[in-house]
Amino acid sequence: MVYLTRIEHFNAAHKLYNPEWDKEKNEVVFGKCANENWHGHNYELYVTIKGEVMEETGFLFDVKILSLLIKQYVLDKLDHKNLNVDVEFLKNKMCTTENLAKAIWNQLHPHLPQAVKLHCIKLYETPRIFVEYFGD
Amino acid sequence: MINKVSVYRKEHFNAAHRLNNASWDAAKNETVFGKCNNPSYHGHNYEMEVKVTGVPDIETGFVIDLKMLSDTINDHVIEKLDHKNLNLDIPEFSKLNPTAENIVIVIYNILREKLNSDLELQVRLYETPRNFVEYPVT
Repeated sequence: MVYLTRIEHFNAAHKLYNPEWDKEKNEVVFGKCANENWHGHNYELYVTIKGEVMEETGFLFDVKILSLLIKQYVLDKLDHKNLNVDVEFLKNKMCTTENLAKAIWNQLHPHLPQAVKLHCIKLYETPRIFVEYFGD
Repeated sequence: MINKVSVYRKEHFNAAHRLNNASWDAAKNETVFGKCNNPSYHGHNYEMEVKVTGVPDIETGFVIDLKMLSDTINDHVIEKLDHKNLNLDIPEFSKLNPTAENIVIVIYNILREKLNSDLELQVRLYETPRNFVEYPVT
């Protein structure tokens, strides 16, 4: 078994705001992140897959194809976007890093071949804050 | 010989923005600014390096007390810009495009006013880990 990681990045605006709560409660719970006019981040995305190395190619998976899948199903939909407003697969979700990592997993998982398992989505919201999701 | 030394303080903030020239139509804005023109904004983790140059004080050995520099940056720059929408929340950008170039000039002007005029000041601003600007040019 080998683990392979592709690092990508995108940037986006968002806010943390629960529409079921009033403005005061949102500000108490989410602080500055609740700013109505949005704020934003440079997200760094680590996609780790795992599996056996194919004898013929020496590859676990062609990283160029992995890169294209991430681009098509994740980056093209998130980069330079407003996560709360522009992204279909985040609709009605709180746009936290936790939920974003899970949503990225769900975007990629169906498009990987059977022999390759998605192992981890690691997502940095800032250089000092990141989450990891292993699909369970 | 004057023994000048540069000292640096790194700080960070994050913000939303968009690049748009109000005197152009949507098509031209999109051609020039591409994805950065998205009407619903996008955002960045900005990292800044503030460089202060001067002769260390004989009594303290400091060019500037770095705690004081940190407080000045936090009180006048970070508090103002962090978790904000640069286009909507910051008066300086109501008519000025919030490019990294213009943001670094705004930050420099804010800090320049607060620091002793004997000290030289230069600000480097990272918009992403790969894109950064510096002002003033020496």
